[in-house]
Amino acid sequence: MDWLIIIKSILSLGGLGLILGLILAIAYAKLAVKPNPQEEAIRQILPGANCGACGFPGCDVYAEKVAKGEVAPNFCLFGGPEVARQIGKILGKEVTLKESQVAVLICRGGKNECKERFIYDGGGDCRQAYVLFGGNKSCVFGCVGLGHCASVCPFGAIRMNENRLPVIDEKKCTGCGICVRECPKHTLMLLPRRKLVYLACVSHDKGKDVKNVCSVGCTACNLCVKVCPYNALQMVDNLPLMDFNKCTDCGICYAKCPTKSYVDRAKARPYAIITTACNGCGECVKVCQFKAIEGEIGKRHRVITEKCIGCGECFKVCPLRAITMAGALGHQVKTA
Amino acid sequence: MPKNPALIFLAAFLVNNILLIRYIGLCPFFGVSTSLNTAFGMSAAVLFVMLLAAWVTWFVFHLVLLPLNLVFLRTAAFILVIATLVQFVEMFLKKSYRALYSAMGIYLPLITTNCAILAVTFLNIDYRYNLLQATIFALGTGLGFALVIILFSALRERLDYAPITRSLRGYPIAFIAASLVSLAFLGFVGLFGLSL
Repeated sequence: MDWLIIIKSILSLGGLGLILGLILAIAYAKLAVKPNPQEEAIRQILPGANCGACGFPGCDVYAEKVAKGEVAPNFCLFGGPEVARQIGKILGKEVTLKESQVAVLICRGGKNECKERFIYDGGGDCRQAYVLFGGNKSCVFGCVGLGHCASVCPFGAIRMNENRLPVIDEKKCTGCGICVRECPKHTLMLLPRRKLVYLACVSHDKGKDVKNVCSVGCTACNLCVKVCPYNALQMVDNLPLMDFNKCTDCGICYAKCPTKSYVDRAKARPYAIITTACNGCGECVKVCQFKAIEGEIGKRHRVITEKCIGCGECFKVCPLRAITMAGALGHQVKTA
Repeated sequence: MPKNPALIFLAAFLVNNILLIRYIGLCPFFGVSTSLNTAFGMSAAVLFVMLLAAWVTWFVFHLVLLPLNLVFLRTAAFILVIATLVQFVEMFLKKSYRALYSAMGIYLPLITTNCAILAVTFLNIDYRYNLLQATIFALGTGLGFALVIILFSALRERLDYAPITRSLRGYPIAFIAASLVSLAFLGFVGLFGLSL
């Protein structure tokens, strides 16, 4: 037997292993990355849902970026102001808070309102149905209704109802915007949480075409644009476009819309009460768009509570401040 | 075997494609070809490690094993060298090139013992390539790997939605599809006189 070759093998391979092992050991000592203690602490505070609402692949990456000071600590929508404040404490920085948003469905055409064009039996989610003639609802703009948004929501805030429309739980919704990005029809949008009234229709078709396919679609009748006291609405491409800065959430457009295409998020609205201070000047009767105030000139006027929607227009014009808005709980919800 | 650099590249890239013609490196081919994103990450990591491994093992073979007449030890020695190399590179990237490190992610350590990497280092020796030729060969093989795994991942994303008999869903249909793509790649044989 050739002993030499055995010894040579053992020595060379063993030596190779020894050298490489040493190199690795030295490299480990030299190249070890010390974790940043601030980064660790921030990562502990972040919720760990990895939802990506901050715009980074996950909580780990966001923690790293915040610790380096590359991005602001208020990007975590799930954690909200509390998390932002705690991160600010770690970094020793002042934190400005981002306005909280909520995802809303801007289509009301479920299978009862918007008839199906053909029987879709393909299974899968909205994206798949979308590839086939844009889904089987008669309206080509509206919600496909197969629940892709519900399946992508990392917080379980979306469920599908019997009418094949997603229902968003506003308490669970963090406004991360994943559903908004994923929806193939763009029928979801992020709404500032304080905003109450919005148009829930995305159809750019002409009035007659919309009417043929959907009972709650916006027919571009222009009524809301005319009745809005704040000029917050403007008809663009067969849809009223709302200027959120001008809109006061008075709810007049919502109440006037003949097709019920608007949605009002307020849980309750106030109503007007006219006190004994009223001298019957009639200013309130002129501004009320709902004929909810009656009475003769010179005598105390009366509010027909069933007709009053609580827009507060009369409250503003009354020269004697004789009108109060009762049950303003709805407005409390708004600011919360 | 061709000696012209362009032909070496073409042979490694298409005619003797490592995945479809040699059928080496099947684990990543079927394991991570399920989506386009993972396929990209894997291809980048394989290309990177393949080039480095080709260089290092060439030196180990020609400077250590050949002079000592220990050619039979190449399998053990190469695995040792490649594993160390990948570990070292991972540490280096983590320290110095964080972006590259997070882009390759988990795939870098995964391919430490990938058969495709080992195959390239062996073939470099079997074909008696010099350092330049070995580099071109590794580059061609790595790009061929990337081409096929990216093409195939697009195919598999479509297969997910296709109406396939239940017993064939998943890996069975993927293997059948791979064999058909492989047959298609056989059409490259004879290109510029390159044989299998």
